[in-house]
Parts: sequence; C-alpha cells; structure tokens
Amino acid sequence: MELWYTEQQTEHVRFSIKIKQHLFSSHSGFQQVDVFDSVEFGKFLTLDGLMMVTEKDEFIYHDMIVHVPMATNPNIKKVLVIGAGDGGTVRELLRYPHLETIDMVEIDKMVVDVSVEFLPQTASQLYDEKVNLYFEDGLKFVRSKVNEYDLIIVDSTDPFGPGEGLFTKEFYSNCYRALKAEGILVNQHESPYYPAFERNMRRAHQRISEIFEVAQVYQAHIPTYPSGHWLFGYASKGIQPINEHVNTWKDYGLKTKYYNPALHIGCFALPTYVIESLKEEYHD
Amino acid sequence: MSKTPLLDGLKRYAKKRVVAFDVPGHKQGKGDKTLIDVFGAQSIQYDFNSSFHLDNLGNPSGIIHEAHQLAAKAFNAKHAFFMVNGTSMAVMVMILASLKEGESIIMPRNVHKSALNALILGGAHPIYVNPQMDKQLGISCAMDADDVINTIQENPHAKAVFINNPTYYGLVTDLQKIVDVAHHYGMKVLVDEAHGAHFSFHEDLPVSAMDANADMSSVSLHKTGGSLTQSSLLLCNESMDYHHVLQTINLLQTTSPSYLLMASLDVARAKLQDEGHEMFTKIMELSNYARHEINAMGGYIAFGPDRIGQLGIFGFDHTKLSIHTQGIGLSGKKVYDILRDEYGIQLEFGDVSNVLAIISVGDRSLEIERLLAALQDIKERYAQEGHSQSIQEFIQPQVQLSPKQAYSRESEMVDFSQSYGRISAEMIMAYPPGIPILSYGEVITQAILDYISFGLSNDQFLMGSHDPTFTTLKVVKED
Repeated sequence: MELWYTEQQTEHVRFSIKIKQHLFSSHSGFQQVDVFDSVEFGKFLTLDGLMMVTEKDEFIYHDMIVHVPMATNPNIKKVLVIGAGDGGTVRELLRYPHLETIDMVEIDKMVVDVSVEFLPQTASQLYDEKVNLYFEDGLKFVRSKVNEYDLIIVDSTDPFGPGEGLFTKEFYSNCYRALKAEGILVNQHESPYYPAFERNMRRAHQRISEIFEVAQVYQAHIPTYPSGHWLFGYASKGIQPINEHVNTWKDYGLKTKYYNPALHIGCFALPTYVIESLKEEYHD
Repeated sequence: MSKTPLLDGLKRYAKKRVVAFDVPGHKQGKGDKTLIDVFGAQSIQYDFNSSFHLDNLGNPSGIIHEAHQLAAKAFNAKHAFFMVNGTSMAVMVMILASLKEGESIIMPRNVHKSALNALILGGAHPIYVNPQMDKQLGISCAMDADDVINTIQENPHAKAVFINNPTYYGLVTDLQKIVDVAHHYGMKVLVDEAHGAHFSFHEDLPVSAMDANADMSSVSLHKTGGSLTQSSLLLCNESMDYHHVLQTINLLQTTSPSYLLMASLDVARAKLQDEGHEMFTKIMELSNYARHEINAMGGYIAFGPDRIGQLGIFGFDHTKLSIHTQGIGLSGKKVYDILRDEYGIQLEFGDVSNVLAIISVGDRSLEIERLLAALQDIKERYAQEGHSQSIQEFIQPQVQLSPKQAYSRESEMVDFSQSYGRISAEMIMAYPPGIPILSYGEVITQAILDYISFGLSNDQFLMGSHDPTFTTLKVVKED
C-alpha cells in the first residue's frame, strides 16, 4: 500500500509527497487542519489541503520573513506577527535579544495546538515570556492599534480561506496606522509564476504601494510551495530595504542556513518577468 | 429534517426520464449545452413546465399544494401561496383581493410603489398616514400605531389598513395594537412584510404579521429567507377566502411559473424550520457585535434598540445593521461608494445620512471584520467637518381622484408655473428619504411646488417625473 499527499497546485498541476503516517486530521471551524509524516520532508502541516510548513524546508521561509526586516533596522523592539501559527517566525524573532515584545495574532488556535504537539522544531518557543498570543482575527486586532509597532510580519495563508482579509486594503491601511514612524511591514506575498498566484501577488503589491512610502518585493526558493518560487513584500514608511545596517547584521553572530547579507541584497533583484508583472496595473 | 414535497417531486420526475414533447424548448439542455455550461446541469435538469406529475401553480392540488400547506404551517398562516413574480405582486394581490373599486384603504405615505400600482389597477382610494421622521438620523420611521388608530377612527368607512412592517431599516410599529383596532372596525390588515421573512423563526425578533393575526402578509423569502431572487410568499389568515385570493393571484401571475423559483421556496422554508432559530441567533450576534464595535469607533451611529419607544418605534429587528455616517462628515451615499470602489464591499444602500448592510446566513465573522476594518479606515482617511443634512417633512396630500381615475383620464404636460391647482397624472418621489411628493390624482399645491424647487436646488434626487427637468408636469386634462 502506498499513501500519498497530493496538493492541487493549479487546475492542471499536482504536487505529491509520499506519506509515512497521517498524524492528525480535524476541522477547526475555520479550516481543515492536517499533519503528516514523510521521508523526504519530515513532518508537515497543511491547511485546507494546502502546504504550510515542512520540517525540511521551513528554514528558508522563516529566515527570509524575519531576518530581512530585522537586518534593516537595529532598533526594532516591538513586533506584531499575524498568522504564523506554526511558530517558526516567532522562533527566529526571539534570536534577537534586543527585541522586547512580540504580539502574535493567530485566528485558529488549533493550528498552534497541533504545531506545539507535532512540530516542536518550529513551535517550541510560542510560549516564551516575550510572546503574547492572541487567538483572533488579525484584521480585528490591528484595527484598534495606533503607532505601536516597529515591525508587522504577516505570515498568512493564501487569500482564499480565513486569510483573505489579510490581503485587503483595509488591512494594509490599518497596519500603516499601527506602525511607528520607522515601521516596517513584511508579508507573505504569493508567487509570480502560476496565474492565480500571480494575480494575488499583483493585487497585494498594488494595494501596499498605494499606502506605504516604500513598497518592494523580494524572493526565495521554497521547494514545497507552488512553482517553488516565492515572494515576500517589504513595505515601510521610509526605511529602505537595502541600507548600511545590512552589512553589520553579521555582528549579531546568528547562524542561519539560508539568509546572509549578500543574499539580502540579491533577493531584491527580481527576474524581468516578475518586475514587469509587478508594474502591470491590477484590475479586479 | 422537514419535508420538501416540491423538490422531491422534481427529483422523482427527473428520474423518470420522461420524453419531453412539451415546453421548455431547451428540453433540459439536451440540444444546446450553453445553459448547462452557464448554470450547471442540476438546475437546468429541473427547469420543467407544469404537468400532471408536477402540479399547477394556478390551481394547485398536488406537490405545490402540499408545499403551500407546509409553508402555511411554518409561517403560522391558514394559507400560503408561492409567488414567482416577486413580493411586488404579492402586495398587489393583497390590495386587489381586499378592496373593490371606490373603497378606501389606509396606508403610509411612503408605501412601496407596488401598492400604488395596485390602486391604479383596482380603483381603491388611498387615505395616507405620514410616518414619523427621525430628524437626527434623517430617515422615515414606521407609522406610529396611534396615528394609524386615529386615522381608522376618522375614516370608519375604510375597508383595509396597509402597513410596512418592518421598514427597510428594521423599525417596527405596534402591529398587534393596530390589528386589534382595525378588526374592531371591520377593516382588513394587510402587511408588507418584505423585509421580515425571518420574524416567524426567532422569539427575539419582532412579532410576525400572521402571529399578530393580520389578514394577509407578503413575505420576501428571497430577501432574508434564503430562496432565489424573485420568489416570494403570500400568507393569509382564515378571514380570507382561499378561492378569491387564488383567483386574484391568477389575474396577475404567469401561467409558466419557474420550478426553480418554486423549489427554492420549498427548500428555504424547510431550512428555516430546521435551522432558522440557530441561523438567526448567529446573525443577531454578528449584527449586535458589529453595532457595538461601530459605535465604539466614534463618529458613526449604528442605531438599534435604543430608539424603541420614540417616534412610534415599537421594536427593532436586530439582524439589521444601519449606520448613520453624518458624524464623520460624509453622506451615507459617499461611504457606500467608497466601500464599493476602494474596498470591494457592497452594501444594500446608502442615502443622505445612512448606509444599510444586510447580514444574513451567508455571512461569517470574517466578512464582518472586513466591513469594520474598512469603516475604521474610512473614518481615519476621509472624515471631514460637519455635513449638512436637509430632511424634509411629509406634505399632506390632497387626493382629488383615485389613482385609477387619474391614470385612465387624458393627460397633458403643463408648464411648472402653470400647474398650481391642477391634478397630477404622475408620481414624483424624493430620494432620500423615499417620500412621494405627488401621486396620481393629487392636487398640485404651492407647498408641493416649493418642495420640488427646493429639492432641485439641493441636489435631491426627484424621480418618476415624465419630464426629468421639471420644466413641465404631467396633469390630468380638464374637461
């Protein structure tokens, strides 16, 4: 008998991983939550059948969503993390001792609970004393915050399920108000390759560009995400993503598997088709 | 699980694989697949015409009759009739079935157009009651029950009382009190319950027309009850003669009613019976939560049960979410437009001072949070200094001819300034707040001419006139 996990990445493309064991399966009320164990990618979490995080390649995503913004401003003290129930983003943030507070807002408690149970590699520090966990809608949480955070990280699902509100103008605009004058917003920015993801990418970029003074996009290579080519958004009220602080990042003495200062500069260099696609105006 | 005889009958019929040499000509999509591609095989498969097995809406005795009986029971009525021409037709049937030509009916001045159309068809005389105006919110409220009762006592010859309950904004009058007095005077009570299809299914909602023992009620099941657009219910109590009502329906309704619309009424009724209570509990929670959060933002007023007890307001439909926007210096229309254009959020409507969101079974807290985040953002980004709101009073109409008489006489266009004292042959509405300024058969007074001039110079929408520039008005030709 063979057991395979298959993600329908597009209508005509499927991605499969051979499964050792199906460890968890339940509907949380928000979404279908599953955890599998595999030879190739170790244990991994899916939401509504879509790949979220694997033990083998999670370092790429979490390095890039955390170290890029942290390197651009050494004065980041208070961070808001939205989504990120697997805990990997918080784990990387806690490696900066100067960071004082992390508010983490995850809509679905079940994601945190199963991560703590099955994915300690990412989730082990979710209950650190610097972390305040809130189980509510990120859109609601950010609505009442003004001039409070140095950094907001939006580590969301795709904009089809419960994550839809985190790709809207009202969300980005409320994030802008929640950020201090030197504030930075980094978000999971979908992918440039398959058309459905490309539309989400353009829409997010256009909306963020309308609100933030600086709005750029950077890339990483994530084997288990559709097309493997994934993007992040970097937006701020003024701090540029490539600045003098990037080179002194190594003084933190952090050992990383993916991120390094040269890659930081390089990841903002995008393929021509992506640059052109981002320039194209989005219409609903 | 409640029964759905009409849906079950359709399923059985489809399974028989009857060779169709009857209409509809698309033959369930066999020849041309376009309809199936667009609407899906299941829906096209059920698009049949009346036949032996499928009963006949014009004279129901089979599965439609069964479905009618179940609907009547669910809504605590003696009889229920499926309507496929919308609630507008149900309203017309109520009036035509209750009044003969020349008889009088008491109705609110801001009555729905369909009621006035029924007067044109049937020849009844309107006696208008002005609803109360909430000047702070800039909206017309329900009729004050005491005003209706005074009108009943002043016009004991009237045959019926027509009531809009609830209003679009979810405000209700003291229906029970009106029914008791009207019945004492031998008058029928007809309720336009278009926005109250859900009232029968939750004890925290206002009393339904049938529960208050009104004689007839028109219920837009498609608005808040979950059936397809254009499908509706007409409900009657035992005071109405079944055959007379059916005959009146058949004057107006199509002889080729859509089984998709009818089956959707059957299914929606069963769903309301089985899960309505739970659904409306959740909807009220969502709506009350949104009201609380919006009021906490400041600037906006999401009005609710706090208004009960004033201006004739007897109760409030907690599922409704109306938001007064003048406090952030923007008209409701402006907020409505910004929500649509900037945030991709479509509300039910926006008027001078308010927007209205319909919260229904289709909504989750995720969508509510989007609306709240967008309203907060609009306040931060667009709020401006005070915005004037001009809210007009109702003008007491002088009804000279019945609408039918005015409609059927010869008419002519006369100069605006020459129209004073003539009888109107058109209906002019002012939006907002949806007040008719002039209707068929009413004398054109100086107050009306002044109102139109004021409205034109204040960018108010004046609708329904034959000449949109108001250089001329359409009046009944004098002999």
